[in-house]
Amino acid sequence: MQENSLKENTAYLLEMNEVSKEFPGVKALDGVTLKVGKGSVHALMGENGAGKSTLMKCLFGIYHMDSGSIRLNGSDVNFTSSKHALDNGVSMVHQELNQVRSTRVMDNIWLGRFPKKGLFVDEDKMYSDTLAIFKDLDIKLDPRTKVSSLQVSECQMVEIAKAVSYNSKLIVMDEPTSSLTEKEVGHLFNIIRAIKEKGVSVIYISHKMEELEQICDEVTIMRDGKWIATKKVSEISTDEIISLMVGRDLTHRFPPKTNTPKDVILKVENLTAVYQPSIKDVSFELKKGEILGIAGLVGARRTDVVESIFAERQATGKITLNGKEMNNKSPRDAIKNGFALVTEERRATGIFANQDIYFNSVIANIDRYVKSFSILDENKIIEDTRWVVSSMNVKTPNNKTRIMSLSGGNQQKVIIGRWLLTEPEVLLLDEPTRGIDVGAKYDIYQLMIDLAEKGKGIIMVSSEMPELLGITDRILVMSNGKLAGIVNTKETSQEEILRLSSKYL
Amino acid sequence: MSEKVNKHGKKRVNFSNITKKDFLDFLMNNAIIIVLFALMVVIVAIEPRFVSLTNFTNILTQASTRTIFALGVGTIIVAKGTDLSLGRQVGLAAVISASLLQAPDYLYKMYPDMPTLWVIVPIVLVMIVTAFFSGINGFVVAKFKVDPFIATLGMMVVVYGVTSIYYDRPPYGAQPIGGLDPRFAKVAQGYFKFGEVIIPFLVLYAIIAVVFMWFLWNKTRFGKNLFAVGGNAEAAAVSGVNVAKMIILVYVLAGLLYGLGGALEAARIGSATNNTGNGYELDAISACIVGGLSFSGGIGSIAGIVTGVLIFQVIAYGLSFIGVNPYLQFIIKGLIIVTAVAIDNRKYIKRK
Repeated sequence: MQENSLKENTAYLLEMNEVSKEFPGVKALDGVTLKVGKGSVHALMGENGAGKSTLMKCLFGIYHMDSGSIRLNGSDVNFTSSKHALDNGVSMVHQELNQVRSTRVMDNIWLGRFPKKGLFVDEDKMYSDTLAIFKDLDIKLDPRTKVSSLQVSECQMVEIAKAVSYNSKLIVMDEPTSSLTEKEVGHLFNIIRAIKEKGVSVIYISHKMEELEQICDEVTIMRDGKWIATKKVSEISTDEIISLMVGRDLTHRFPPKTNTPKDVILKVENLTAVYQPSIKDVSFELKKGEILGIAGLVGARRTDVVESIFAERQATGKITLNGKEMNNKSPRDAIKNGFALVTEERRATGIFANQDIYFNSVIANIDRYVKSFSILDENKIIEDTRWVVSSMNVKTPNNKTRIMSLSGGNQQKVIIGRWLLTEPEVLLLDEPTRGIDVGAKYDIYQLMIDLAEKGKGIIMVSSEMPELLGITDRILVMSNGKLAGIVNTKETSQEEILRLSSKYL
Repeated sequence: MSEKVNKHGKKRVNFSNITKKDFLDFLMNNAIIIVLFALMVVIVAIEPRFVSLTNFTNILTQASTRTIFALGVGTIIVAKGTDLSLGRQVGLAAVISASLLQAPDYLYKMYPDMPTLWVIVPIVLVMIVTAFFSGINGFVVAKFKVDPFIATLGMMVVVYGVTSIYYDRPPYGAQPIGGLDPRFAKVAQGYFKFGEVIIPFLVLYAIIAVVFMWFLWNKTRFGKNLFAVGGNAEAAAVSGVNVAKMIILVYVLAGLLYGLGGALEAARIGSATNNTGNGYELDAISACIVGGLSFSGGIGSIAGIVTGVLIFQVIAYGLSFIGVNPYLQFIIKGLIIVTAVAIDNRKYIKRK
């Protein structure tokens, strides 16, 4: 046994053996094993709540594991903090970037360990060291740029450069591509390949199947806090991975499309935002029972289209719903006229984190619960909340639970339920499945199709190509604030959409 | 872990397992109330005569107007604002109401020739005046996006100027406005008496204000929108809440309460100067914060506000009662504010 592990030590950089962690009432990790080879990119996959984050938090000493061992380069380690891990060559690029946005790129990289010349910070050394790392990774950025002026993808690259600057042997990347465009993803992958060649290992956490084949060598799949399988990526198919992740046979990632588009419900003509740069002259029609996708690169102003329709953004142009011209001055008007908007940033503009499920379910519809003297009808609130929870299949201990303690997918279901209570004619969904696990995604797709079947018009903004191709009837492609084209989903291809996306660049 | 099937035994094991942790949780979750009790125990231990009906009534009476102020600024705090102009607005309301309700036979009346008014008229008038000034706060915060701290800081200074100009006028100049109409004094100083038990009118007003605000916060659309705007203004806007209108309404409501409380304060004290109410905003805000309201908005309860006010009143009254140096009392109060909030915050810090 010991000899065996000695042999293995040479092959693996990181070994997490039989790691268990229990929270009151929940076994978050149950004997999980993760072994990452030197210079390999190891995917860690599983639905939200499968225990990926918990496992990583145990690695970084943010959580104290109940049992199990961690070996790095053959010797036992037990990190007590992220700083401790960093000093030992283990670093993490977080999904939500923690950067001091008001300072320069190089200040962020050397924060906490600025090179000094006597009493002062050695600016020149800081600059040249940063530049050297950037050159190595083929990052074309001026180290003196302010972080606040960078694109999300550039911030991400700075974070990776920072990890490299610590001479990290192992870098954990938590959903690094969730807000990147295809092109940016390509660049990120080049960087990952570059650090891999230097012998650095990567633990790659992602929900995106397509990325697996492109960049990862091995994959470890987790489910319900347990280790399920570790395979070479070349030896396993996407469908196999998905069925291992969800624990049931999910041959299709998308439910069958049973909706049929009928008459025109919404007509948008020459929609132009008041404050530019934003959308210009966008015109299209949406049919009853249709799911219309909006595709485009980051910065194509896809969100602005739905915001303008919802009057959350000031715009000129003509919007006609069911033959009647709309004059929405505010979201309040839009809601009254039968529009609903599920926003992109769930945490920033969707949930009321400190409030319970009741509050979060009914807040957009609050006018309908008012009895005399502005007092609310509590029975109706309870009844409608129950409807939201049951029809959206929300998993919550009870309706008094604060929404922040639910998983992302369940939060999203509550928000969609909130909008269905307003009985909208047109549902605007902005990245409705971002950061949601596969199972919950499927539920949301099914819900969209059901709603379309009932004659609602649905517009879905999405950055995920498979989702656009899998669920929509037509796809509207935005490019640099302009409408680049509308294609029929059945007859289009990824290439055509990409070509349209860059039409006005 | 024993595998015994003995149900009773198992229950007891579970019970004792949970108790220690639960006890700590209980301590943490109720830190504020425990602080209150601990202090009362100390005070009573030092001076057993503290426990008396008279003291109880006195504390409640003194807490009455403070409760009304705290309800006003508390509503603003839930809407993610704050109000430094509270004290000065109280002063304005006190000065105006007192000047309009001096006894007919008082020699140094500000308005010697003014006919006698119904008591309610000046009270409503000052409520409108403070609602107006407070409404400007709301407008500046909502429409010009000025930070509430700055907007109300400015208003604090402006209102002091307004009050002083009104106050320091001929024929008698800057003299305390006294000699109040007995009818007006009775509004605040009157009481019902049932045998030994005395119920001051002031306490009744405070109870009415508390009940009214509790309904408003918990049972109405206004209340839901209040927590929506304070908790996540952007999400509230997307959900169809008119955020600017809500913020203005919240400040106007607070202004109404300041006006009411200011008039009652003048009647309670029996006179008013341009410095009446000075510093009340800090007492009211401290009470709210100790009572569990958060400056990050969208968190708080009416019960918390009332508890916060009572804690401070019991401390102030009790410490004076046992003869603690008044300057030392400041130190104790300050420590309580920070300690209570530090412990209370643990509820919101993620456990690991």
